[in-house]
Amino acid sequence: MNPSLDLRGVHYDYPDGSTALRGVDLTVAAGERVALLGPNGAGKTTLVLHLNGILHGGAGQVTVGGLDVDPADRARLMEIRRRVGIVFQDPDDQLFMPTVAEDVAFGPANLGLRGDELAQRVDEALAAVKMSEFRGQTPHHLSFGQRRRVAVATVLAMRPEILVLDEPSSNLDPASRRELSEILRTLPVTLLMVTHDLPYALELCPRAVILDAGRIVADGATIDVLADEDLLRGHRLELPYGFDPRLAATQLGI
Amino acid sequence: MGAGHAHPLHLDHDSLVHRLPPQVKIAAVLLYTIIVVVTPRDEFLAFAGYALLIVVVTAIARVPAGWLAKRATIELPFVLLAVALPFAGHGERVTWLGMSLSVDGLYGAWNIFAKGTLGVLASLLLAATTTARDLLLGLDRLRCPRVFTQIATFMLRYMDILAEDARRMRVARLSRGYDPRFLWQVKAFAVSVGALFLRAFERGERVYLAMLSRGYTGRLPAAEGGGATTAQWATSAALPIAAACIGVAAVLR
Repeated sequence: MNPSLDLRGVHYDYPDGSTALRGVDLTVAAGERVALLGPNGAGKTTLVLHLNGILHGGAGQVTVGGLDVDPADRARLMEIRRRVGIVFQDPDDQLFMPTVAEDVAFGPANLGLRGDELAQRVDEALAAVKMSEFRGQTPHHLSFGQRRRVAVATVLAMRPEILVLDEPSSNLDPASRRELSEILRTLPVTLLMVTHDLPYALELCPRAVILDAGRIVADGATIDVLADEDLLRGHRLELPYGFDPRLAATQLGI
Repeated sequence: MGAGHAHPLHLDHDSLVHRLPPQVKIAAVLLYTIIVVVTPRDEFLAFAGYALLIVVVTAIARVPAGWLAKRATIELPFVLLAVALPFAGHGERVTWLGMSLSVDGLYGAWNIFAKGTLGVLASLLLAATTTARDLLLGLDRLRCPRVFTQIATFMLRYMDILAEDARRMRVARLSRGYDPRFLWQVKAFAVSVGALFLRAFERGERVYLAMLSRGYTGRLPAAEGGGATTAQWATSAALPIAAACIGVAAVLR
Protein backbone atom coordinates (compact mmCIF):
# COMPACT_ATOMS: atom_id res chain seq x y z
CA MET A 1 0.00 0.00 0.00
CA ASN A 2 1.22 3.48 -0.85
CA PRO A 3 2.08 5.73 2.08
CA SER A 4 -0.43 8.57 2.57
CA LEU A 5 2.34 11.08 2.31
CA ASP A 6 5.85 10.86 0.97
CA LEU A 7 8.20 13.85 0.83
CA ARG A 8 11.63 13.56 -0.78
CA GLY A 9 14.16 16.35 -0.47
CA VAL A 10 11.57 19.14 -0.48
CA HIS A 11 13.32 22.47 -0.74
CA TYR A 12 11.77 25.92 -0.89
CA ASP A 13 13.01 29.50 -1.11
CA TYR A 14 10.67 32.42 -0.65
CA PRO A 15 10.57 35.00 -3.46
CA ASP A 16 12.58 37.37 -1.25
CA GLY A 17 15.40 34.80 -1.25
CA SER A 18 15.07 33.52 2.31
CA THR A 19 15.13 29.75 2.57
CA ALA A 20 12.18 28.08 4.30
CA LEU A 21 12.76 24.38 3.62
CA ARG A 22 16.18 22.80 3.12
CA GLY A 23 15.44 19.26 2.00
CA VAL A 24 12.59 17.70 3.97
CA ASP A 25 12.17 13.91 3.89
CA LEU A 26 9.07 12.51 5.55
CA THR A 27 6.91 9.44 5.04
CA VAL A 28 3.56 9.00 6.74
CA ALA A 29 1.84 5.62 6.43
CA ALA A 30 -1.90 5.34 5.86
CA GLY A 31 -3.88 5.70 9.08
CA GLU A 32 -0.93 7.08 11.05
CA ARG A 33 -1.30 10.08 13.37
CA VAL A 34 1.81 12.25 13.32
CA ALA A 35 2.60 15.47 15.17
CA LEU A 36 4.77 18.01 13.35
CA LEU A 37 6.53 20.04 16.02
CA GLY A 38 8.84 22.98 15.72
CA PRO A 39 9.45 26.54 16.92
CA ASN A 40 7.96 29.61 15.24
CA GLY A 41 9.52 30.20 11.86
CA ALA A 42 10.70 26.60 11.48
CA GLY A 43 8.89 26.26 8.14
CA LYS A 44 5.90 24.24 9.35
CA THR A 45 3.22 26.24 7.55
CA THR A 46 5.36 26.41 4.41
CA LEU A 47 5.65 22.64 4.51
CA VAL A 48 1.88 22.26 4.93
CA LEU A 49 1.22 24.43 1.86
CA HIS A 50 3.45 22.08 -0.15
CA LEU A 51 1.30 19.07 0.68
CA ASN A 52 -1.50 20.13 -1.68
CA GLY A 53 0.58 21.98 -4.24
CA ILE A 54 -0.23 25.55 -3.23
CA LEU A 55 3.47 26.22 -2.81
CA HIS A 56 5.90 24.53 -5.17
CA GLY A 57 8.81 25.35 -7.38
CA GLY A 58 11.69 24.26 -5.16
CA ALA A 59 13.60 20.99 -5.46
CA GLY A 60 12.20 17.67 -4.28
CA GLN A 61 9.02 15.72 -4.73
CA VAL A 62 5.76 15.44 -2.75
CA THR A 63 3.69 12.29 -3.25
CA VAL A 64 0.19 11.89 -1.83
CA GLY A 65 -1.15 8.34 -1.78
CA GLY A 66 1.04 7.42 -4.75
CA LEU A 67 0.19 10.55 -6.78
CA ASP A 68 3.02 12.99 -7.47
CA VAL A 69 2.12 16.63 -6.84
CA ASP A 70 2.58 18.29 -10.22
CA PRO A 71 1.46 21.92 -10.34
CA ALA A 72 1.17 21.81 -14.14
CA ASP A 73 -1.46 19.03 -14.09
CA ARG A 74 -4.66 20.76 -12.97
CA ALA A 75 -6.87 17.66 -12.89
CA ARG A 76 -4.39 15.85 -10.72
CA LEU A 77 -3.98 18.89 -8.50
CA MET A 78 -7.74 18.80 -7.88
CA GLU A 79 -7.48 15.16 -6.81
CA ILE A 80 -4.51 16.00 -4.55
CA ARG A 81 -6.52 18.81 -2.96
CA ARG A 82 -9.34 16.38 -2.34
CA ARG A 83 -6.97 13.88 -0.73
CA VAL A 84 -5.17 16.40 1.46
CA GLY A 85 -7.62 18.25 3.71
CA ILE A 86 -5.98 21.26 5.35
CA VAL A 87 -7.62 22.86 8.37
CA PHE A 88 -6.10 26.31 8.75
CA GLN A 89 -5.30 27.93 12.04
CA ASP A 90 -7.93 30.68 11.95
CA PRO A 91 -11.39 29.23 11.28
CA ASP A 92 -12.52 32.66 10.04
CA ASP A 93 -10.12 32.25 7.13
CA GLN A 94 -11.66 28.94 6.26
CA LEU A 95 -15.34 29.68 6.81
CA PHE A 96 -16.37 32.28 4.28
CA MET A 97 -19.87 31.26 3.21
CA PRO A 98 -22.94 32.76 4.88
CA THR A 99 -24.05 29.53 6.56
CA VAL A 100 -22.33 26.50 8.05
CA ALA A 101 -23.97 24.02 5.67
CA GLU A 102 -23.06 26.07 2.59
CA ASP A 103 -19.48 26.28 3.72
CA VAL A 104 -19.24 22.53 4.28
CA ALA A 105 -20.74 22.03 0.81
CA PHE A 106 -18.15 24.30 -0.85
CA GLY A 107 -15.39 21.66 -1.14
CA PRO A 108 -17.51 18.73 -2.37
CA ALA A 109 -19.35 21.06 -4.78
CA ASN A 110 -15.97 22.00 -6.26
CA LEU A 111 -15.46 18.26 -6.76
CA GLY A 112 -18.61 18.26 -8.87
CA LEU A 113 -21.09 16.78 -6.38
CA ARG A 114 -24.69 18.03 -6.60
CA GLY A 115 -28.11 17.38 -5.12
CA ASP A 116 -28.67 14.50 -2.69
CA GLU A 117 -25.11 13.28 -2.84
CA LEU A 118 -23.86 16.74 -1.84
CA ALA A 119 -26.43 17.02 0.95
CA GLN A 120 -25.41 13.61 2.26
CA ARG A 121 -21.72 14.63 2.35
CA VAL A 122 -22.63 17.74 4.32
CA ASP A 123 -24.76 15.79 6.81
CA GLU A 124 -22.07 13.18 7.26
CA ALA A 125 -19.28 15.71 7.83
CA LEU A 126 -21.31 17.81 10.27
CA ALA A 127 -22.34 14.69 12.18
CA ALA A 128 -18.70 13.62 12.45
CA VAL A 129 -17.84 16.85 14.30
CA LYS A 130 -21.14 16.90 16.23
CA MET A 131 -22.29 20.17 14.66
CA SER A 132 -25.40 18.96 12.80
CA GLU A 133 -27.82 21.19 14.67
CA PHE A 134 -25.88 24.33 13.65
CA ARG A 135 -26.10 23.80 9.90
CA GLY A 136 -28.23 26.87 9.20
CA GLN A 137 -26.22 29.20 11.45
CA THR A 138 -23.88 31.97 10.39
CA PRO A 139 -20.28 31.03 11.30
CA HIS A 140 -19.90 34.41 13.01
CA HIS A 141 -22.50 33.40 15.59
CA LEU A 142 -20.67 30.25 16.69
CA SER A 143 -18.10 30.00 19.47
CA PHE A 144 -14.46 29.69 18.47
CA GLY A 145 -14.39 25.97 19.33
CA GLN A 146 -17.51 25.35 17.28
CA ARG A 147 -16.05 27.25 14.34
CA ARG A 148 -12.91 25.14 14.49
CA ARG A 149 -15.03 21.97 14.44
CA VAL A 150 -16.95 23.29 11.43
CA ALA A 151 -13.60 24.03 9.75
CA VAL A 152 -12.68 20.38 10.26
CA ALA A 153 -16.04 19.37 8.75
CA THR A 154 -15.43 21.52 5.67
CA VAL A 155 -12.49 19.34 4.71
CA LEU A 156 -13.98 16.06 5.98
CA ALA A 157 -16.81 16.59 3.49
CA MET A 158 -14.24 16.08 0.72
CA ARG A 159 -13.44 12.63 2.18
CA PRO A 160 -9.72 13.32 2.41
CA GLU A 161 -7.12 10.61 2.77
CA ILE A 162 -5.01 12.77 5.04
CA LEU A 163 -6.17 15.50 7.38
CA VAL A 164 -3.64 18.25 8.05
CA LEU A 165 -4.36 20.49 11.03
CA ASP A 166 -2.47 23.73 11.62
CA GLU A 167 -2.41 24.40 15.37
CA PRO A 168 -5.73 22.68 16.07
CA SER A 169 -5.72 23.46 19.80
CA SER A 170 -4.75 27.14 19.59
CA ASN A 171 -7.20 29.56 21.25
CA LEU A 172 -9.46 26.74 22.48
CA ASP A 173 -10.66 26.54 26.04
CA PRO A 174 -9.82 23.23 27.79
CA ALA A 175 -13.28 21.73 27.20
CA SER A 176 -13.27 22.58 23.48
CA ARG A 177 -9.73 21.25 23.25
CA ARG A 178 -10.80 17.91 24.75
CA GLU A 179 -13.93 17.72 22.57
CA LEU A 180 -11.83 18.30 19.47
CA SER A 181 -9.37 15.58 20.44
CA GLU A 182 -12.23 13.13 21.02
CA ILE A 183 -13.54 13.91 17.53
CA LEU A 184 -10.12 13.72 15.85
CA ARG A 185 -9.45 10.37 17.47
CA THR A 186 -12.57 8.82 15.89
CA LEU A 187 -11.85 9.98 12.33
CA PRO A 188 -10.73 7.20 9.99
CA VAL A 189 -8.04 9.27 8.27
CA THR A 190 -4.31 9.80 8.34
CA LEU A 191 -3.58 12.77 10.54
CA LEU A 192 -0.75 15.28 10.38
CA MET A 193 -0.98 17.81 13.17
CA VAL A 194 1.18 20.95 13.27
CA THR A 195 1.37 22.13 16.86
CA HIS A 196 3.23 23.82 19.70
CA ASP A 197 0.92 22.08 22.15
CA LEU A 198 3.19 19.21 23.17
CA PRO A 199 0.75 17.53 25.61
CA TYR A 200 -1.86 17.56 22.83
CA ALA A 201 0.64 15.89 20.49
CA LEU A 202 1.31 13.20 23.10
CA GLU A 203 -2.39 12.63 23.62
CA LEU A 204 -3.30 12.28 19.94
CA CYS A 205 -0.24 11.24 17.98
CA PRO A 206 1.85 8.13 18.58
CA ARG A 207 4.60 9.58 16.35
CA ALA A 208 6.21 13.02 16.32
CA VAL A 209 8.68 14.77 14.05
CA ILE A 210 10.51 18.01 14.79
CA LEU A 211 11.07 20.51 11.99
CA ASP A 212 13.64 23.19 12.65
CA ALA A 213 15.32 25.63 10.26
CA GLY A 214 13.71 23.85 7.31
CA ARG A 215 14.90 20.33 8.15
CA ILE A 216 13.47 17.31 9.95
CA VAL A 217 15.74 17.00 12.99
CA ALA A 218 13.95 14.28 14.97
CA ASP A 219 11.47 11.54 14.14
CA GLY A 220 10.25 8.97 16.63
CA ALA A 221 7.64 7.90 19.13
CA THR A 222 6.11 11.05 20.63
CA ILE A 223 6.88 9.92 24.16
CA ASP A 224 10.57 9.45 23.32
CA VAL A 225 10.79 12.82 21.56
CA LEU A 226 9.13 14.66 24.46
CA ALA A 227 11.20 12.86 27.08
CA ASP A 228 14.46 13.98 25.42
CA GLU A 229 15.04 17.27 27.24
CA ASP A 230 18.21 18.17 25.38
CA LEU A 231 16.53 17.63 22.02
CA LEU A 232 13.60 19.86 22.95
CA ARG A 233 15.82 22.58 24.37
CA GLY A 234 18.01 22.51 21.29
CA HIS A 235 15.02 23.37 19.09
CA ARG A 236 13.22 25.95 21.23
CA LEU A 237 10.49 23.54 22.32
CA GLU A 238 9.32 23.47 25.92
CA LEU A 239 6.90 21.36 27.86
CA PRO A 240 4.40 23.25 30.03
CA TYR A 241 5.70 23.79 33.54
CA GLY A 242 5.15 20.71 35.69
CA PHE A 243 4.22 18.45 32.78
CA ASP A 244 5.91 15.05 32.98
CA PRO A 245 5.53 13.24 29.64
CA ARG A 246 6.31 9.81 31.11
CA LEU A 247 3.71 10.16 33.85
CA ALA A 248 1.17 11.49 31.34
CA ALA A 249 1.91 8.61 28.98
CA THR A 250 1.31 6.10 31.77
CA GLN A 251 -1.97 7.80 32.64
CA LEU A 252 -3.01 7.84 28.99
CA GLY A 253 -2.09 4.15 28.75
CA ILE A 254 0.51 4.67 26.01
CA MET B 1 -18.71 38.28 19.62
CA GLY B 2 -21.13 40.59 21.32
CA ALA B 3 -22.28 42.13 18.06
CA GLY B 4 -26.00 42.16 17.44
CA HIS B 5 -26.97 38.86 15.94
CA ALA B 6 -29.82 40.23 13.88
CA HIS B 7 -29.38 42.82 11.21
CA PRO B 8 -30.95 46.15 12.29
CA LEU B 9 -33.00 46.37 9.10
CA HIS B 10 -34.44 42.88 9.33
CA LEU B 11 -37.53 42.10 11.38
CA ASP B 12 -37.33 38.45 12.34
CA HIS B 13 -40.78 36.94 12.42
CA ASP B 14 -43.11 35.03 10.15
CA SER B 15 -45.71 36.45 7.77
CA LEU B 16 -47.04 35.92 4.28
CA VAL B 17 -44.55 38.47 2.96
CA HIS B 18 -41.64 36.94 4.91
CA ARG B 19 -42.37 33.54 3.35
CA LEU B 20 -42.22 34.75 -0.27
CA PRO B 21 -38.99 33.82 -2.10
CA PRO B 22 -36.59 36.78 -2.24
CA GLN B 23 -36.43 37.05 -6.03
CA VAL B 24 -40.17 37.73 -6.38
CA LYS B 25 -40.03 40.37 -3.67
CA ILE B 26 -37.05 42.12 -5.26
CA ALA B 27 -38.79 42.15 -8.63
CA ALA B 28 -42.01 43.49 -7.08
CA VAL B 29 -40.26 46.30 -5.18
CA LEU B 30 -38.21 47.26 -8.23
CA LEU B 31 -41.28 47.45 -10.49
CA TYR B 32 -43.27 49.32 -7.84
CA THR B 33 -40.48 51.89 -7.45
CA ILE B 34 -40.20 52.39 -11.21
CA ILE B 35 -43.97 52.97 -11.47
CA VAL B 36 -43.80 55.49 -8.61
CA VAL B 37 -40.88 57.32 -10.21
CA VAL B 38 -42.45 57.62 -13.69
CA THR B 39 -45.76 58.94 -12.31
CA PRO B 40 -46.17 62.69 -13.15
CA ARG B 41 -45.56 64.73 -10.00
CA ASP B 42 -48.94 66.48 -9.97
CA GLU B 43 -51.02 63.24 -9.83
CA PHE B 44 -51.57 63.61 -6.11
CA LEU B 45 -54.29 60.96 -5.92
CA ALA B 46 -51.97 58.36 -7.45
CA PHE B 47 -49.38 59.00 -4.73
CA ALA B 48 -52.07 58.59 -2.08
CA GLY B 49 -52.92 55.25 -3.69
CA TYR B 50 -49.28 54.17 -3.68
CA ALA B 51 -48.99 55.09 -0.01
CA LEU B 52 -52.10 53.05 0.72
CA LEU B 53 -50.45 50.04 -0.97
CA ILE B 54 -47.44 50.43 1.34
CA VAL B 55 -49.79 50.54 4.34
CA VAL B 56 -51.49 47.32 3.18
CA VAL B 57 -48.18 45.48 2.67
CA THR B 58 -46.92 46.74 6.05
CA ALA B 59 -50.03 45.33 7.69
CA ILE B 60 -49.73 41.96 5.94
CA ALA B 61 -46.03 41.73 6.86
CA ARG B 62 -46.92 42.73 10.44
CA VAL B 63 -44.21 45.40 10.51
CA PRO B 64 -44.88 47.98 13.25
CA ALA B 65 -45.41 51.47 11.77
CA GLY B 66 -43.09 53.09 14.35
CA TRP B 67 -40.32 50.62 13.58
CA LEU B 68 -40.62 51.49 9.90
CA ALA B 69 -40.84 55.24 10.52
CA LYS B 70 -37.68 55.24 12.63
CA ARG B 71 -35.68 53.57 9.88
CA ALA B 72 -37.18 55.80 7.21
CA THR B 73 -35.30 58.75 8.76
CA ILE B 74 -32.37 57.72 6.55
CA GLU B 75 -34.22 59.76 3.93
CA LEU B 76 -33.91 63.03 5.88
CA PRO B 77 -30.70 64.40 4.29
CA PHE B 78 -32.36 64.13 0.85
CA VAL B 79 -35.54 65.77 2.09
CA LEU B 80 -33.46 68.69 3.44
CA LEU B 81 -32.28 69.31 -0.09
CA ALA B 82 -35.89 69.31 -1.24
CA VAL B 83 -36.80 71.96 1.37
CA ALA B 84 -34.45 74.42 -0.33
CA LEU B 85 -36.11 74.08 -3.72
CA PRO B 86 -39.21 76.30 -3.15
CA PHE B 87 -36.95 79.16 -2.03
CA ALA B 88 -34.43 78.80 -4.80
CA GLY B 89 -36.80 77.96 -7.67
CA HIS B 90 -37.57 80.29 -10.58
CA GLY B 91 -40.78 81.25 -12.34
CA GLU B 92 -44.22 81.94 -10.89
CA ARG B 93 -44.22 82.61 -7.14
CA VAL B 94 -46.84 82.44 -4.40
CA THR B 95 -46.77 84.08 -1.00
CA TRP B 96 -47.36 81.90 2.03
CA LEU B 97 -46.88 83.04 5.65
CA GLY B 98 -45.02 86.04 4.31
CA MET B 99 -42.53 83.89 2.37
CA SER B 100 -42.26 84.09 -1.38
CA LEU B 101 -42.15 80.54 -2.74
CA SER B 102 -41.61 79.29 -6.27
CA VAL B 103 -44.51 77.17 -7.53
CA ASP B 104 -42.19 75.09 -9.66
CA GLY B 105 -39.90 74.63 -6.64
CA LEU B 106 -42.84 73.49 -4.52
CA TYR B 107 -43.72 70.87 -7.09
CA GLY B 108 -40.06 69.83 -7.27
CA ALA B 109 -39.85 69.47 -3.49
CA TRP B 110 -43.05 67.45 -3.41
CA ASN B 111 -41.73 65.28 -6.22
CA ILE B 112 -38.54 64.42 -4.33
CA PHE B 113 -40.32 63.99 -1.02
CA ALA B 114 -43.19 61.78 -2.25
CA LYS B 115 -41.19 59.54 -4.57
CA GLY B 116 -38.26 59.31 -2.17
CA THR B 117 -40.43 58.38 0.79
CA LEU B 118 -42.37 55.73 -1.14
CA GLY B 119 -39.14 54.23 -2.52
CA VAL B 120 -37.47 54.20 0.89
CA LEU B 121 -40.52 52.63 2.55
CA ALA B 122 -40.75 49.93 -0.13
CA SER B 123 -37.03 49.11 0.23
CA LEU B 124 -37.32 49.06 4.02
CA LEU B 125 -40.23 46.64 3.78
CA LEU B 126 -38.15 44.41 1.51
CA ALA B 127 -35.26 44.51 3.98
CA ALA B 128 -37.56 43.93 6.95
CA THR B 129 -39.03 40.79 5.40
CA THR B 130 -35.90 39.37 3.76
CA THR B 131 -32.53 38.57 5.35
CA ALA B 132 -29.42 40.02 3.71
CA ARG B 133 -28.41 36.50 2.78
CA ASP B 134 -31.73 35.85 1.04
CA LEU B 135 -31.52 39.17 -0.80
CA LEU B 136 -28.24 38.03 -2.33
CA LEU B 137 -29.72 34.64 -3.23
CA GLY B 138 -32.64 36.44 -4.82
CA LEU B 139 -30.37 38.71 -6.87
CA ASP B 140 -28.44 35.64 -7.95
CA ARG B 141 -31.63 33.90 -9.11
CA LEU B 142 -32.63 37.06 -10.99
CA ARG B 143 -29.41 36.55 -13.01
CA CYS B 144 -27.58 39.46 -11.42
CA PRO B 145 -23.90 39.10 -12.52
CA ARG B 146 -22.18 36.55 -10.29
CA VAL B 147 -19.24 38.82 -9.59
CA PHE B 148 -21.48 41.34 -7.80
CA THR B 149 -23.33 38.77 -5.71
CA GLN B 150 -20.06 37.04 -4.82
CA ILE B 151 -18.41 40.25 -3.68
CA ALA B 152 -21.50 41.09 -1.64
CA THR B 153 -21.54 37.58 -0.15
CA PHE B 154 -17.95 37.97 1.02
CA MET B 155 -18.71 41.42 2.35
CA LEU B 156 -21.66 40.06 4.32
CA ARG B 157 -19.47 37.39 5.89
CA TYR B 158 -16.41 39.50 6.64
CA MET B 159 -17.99 42.84 7.50
CA ASP B 160 -18.71 41.68 11.06
CA ILE B 161 -15.21 40.28 11.47
CA LEU B 162 -13.66 43.50 10.21
CA ALA B 163 -15.86 45.56 12.54
CA GLU B 164 -14.79 43.32 15.40
CA ASP B 165 -11.12 43.83 14.46
CA ALA B 166 -11.64 47.59 14.38
CA ARG B 167 -13.39 47.52 17.74
CA ARG B 168 -10.59 45.52 19.37
CA MET B 169 -7.98 47.89 17.95
CA ARG B 170 -9.94 50.83 19.32
CA VAL B 171 -10.21 49.27 22.76
CA ALA B 172 -6.47 48.58 22.69
CA ARG B 173 -5.78 52.23 21.76
CA LEU B 174 -8.04 53.55 24.49
CA SER B 175 -6.44 51.18 26.98
CA ARG B 176 -3.12 52.85 26.37
CA GLY B 177 -4.49 56.26 27.14
CA TYR B 178 -5.29 57.41 23.63
CA ASP B 179 -8.02 60.03 23.75
CA PRO B 180 -7.75 62.34 20.75
CA ARG B 181 -9.18 65.82 21.34
CA PHE B 182 -7.54 67.77 18.56
CA LEU B 183 -7.08 67.15 14.88
CA TRP B 184 -3.29 66.72 15.15
CA GLN B 185 -3.81 63.86 17.57
CA VAL B 186 -5.63 61.62 15.11
CA LYS B 187 -2.40 60.16 13.77
CA ALA B 188 -2.82 56.93 15.77
CA PHE B 189 -6.34 56.58 14.41
CA ALA B 190 -5.16 57.08 10.85
CA VAL B 191 -2.37 54.57 11.35
CA SER B 192 -4.77 51.99 12.70
CA VAL B 193 -7.06 52.44 9.70
CA GLY B 194 -4.01 51.55 7.62
CA ALA B 195 -3.29 48.57 9.86
CA LEU B 196 -6.89 47.45 9.52
CA PHE B 197 -6.58 47.61 5.74
CA LEU B 198 -3.43 45.48 5.87
CA ARG B 199 -5.12 42.96 8.14
CA ALA B 200 -8.10 42.74 5.80
CA PHE B 201 -5.77 42.37 2.84
CA GLU B 202 -3.79 39.58 4.49
CA ARG B 203 -6.96 37.85 5.58
CA GLY B 204 -8.16 37.99 1.98
CA GLU B 205 -5.01 36.17 0.96
CA ARG B 206 -5.43 33.51 3.65
CA VAL B 207 -9.09 33.01 2.76
CA TYR B 208 -8.08 32.56 -0.87
CA LEU B 209 -5.44 29.96 0.06
CA ALA B 210 -7.99 28.07 2.16
CA MET B 211 -10.44 28.16 -0.75
CA LEU B 212 -7.78 26.87 -3.16
CA SER B 213 -7.08 24.03 -0.75
CA ARG B 214 -10.68 22.97 -1.06
CA GLY B 215 -10.53 22.84 -4.82
CA TYR B 216 -11.67 26.38 -5.72
CA THR B 217 -11.22 26.98 -9.45
CA GLY B 218 -12.61 30.50 -9.74
CA ARG B 219 -16.33 29.74 -9.57
CA LEU B 220 -18.44 29.47 -6.46
CA PRO B 221 -20.91 26.59 -6.58
CA ALA B 222 -24.38 27.80 -7.52
CA ALA B 223 -27.01 27.73 -4.80
CA GLU B 224 -29.47 24.99 -5.56
CA GLY B 225 -33.25 24.96 -5.56
CA GLY B 226 -35.28 27.91 -4.36
CA GLY B 227 -37.29 28.44 -7.54
CA ALA B 228 -40.47 30.43 -7.00
CA THR B 229 -43.87 28.99 -7.89
CA THR B 230 -46.29 30.77 -10.21
CA ALA B 231 -48.56 31.39 -7.23
CA GLN B 232 -45.71 33.18 -5.41
CA TRP B 233 -44.94 35.30 -8.45
CA ALA B 234 -48.64 36.12 -8.74
CA THR B 235 -48.88 37.04 -5.04
CA SER B 236 -46.05 39.52 -5.17
CA ALA B 237 -47.05 40.80 -8.62
CA ALA B 238 -50.16 42.16 -6.88
CA LEU B 239 -48.11 45.13 -5.59
CA PRO B 240 -46.72 46.46 -8.90
CA ILE B 241 -49.94 45.62 -10.78
CA ALA B 242 -52.05 47.53 -8.26
CA ALA B 243 -49.59 50.43 -8.45
CA ALA B 244 -49.70 50.39 -12.25
CA CYS B 245 -53.52 50.43 -12.22
CA ILE B 246 -53.53 53.39 -9.82
CA GLY B 247 -50.97 55.24 -11.94
CA VAL B 248 -52.74 54.62 -15.25
CA ALA B 249 -56.15 55.49 -13.78
CA ALA B 250 -54.79 58.76 -12.36
CA VAL B 251 -53.13 59.80 -15.63
CA LEU B 252 -56.19 58.94 -17.79
CA ARG B 253 -58.64 60.63 -15.45
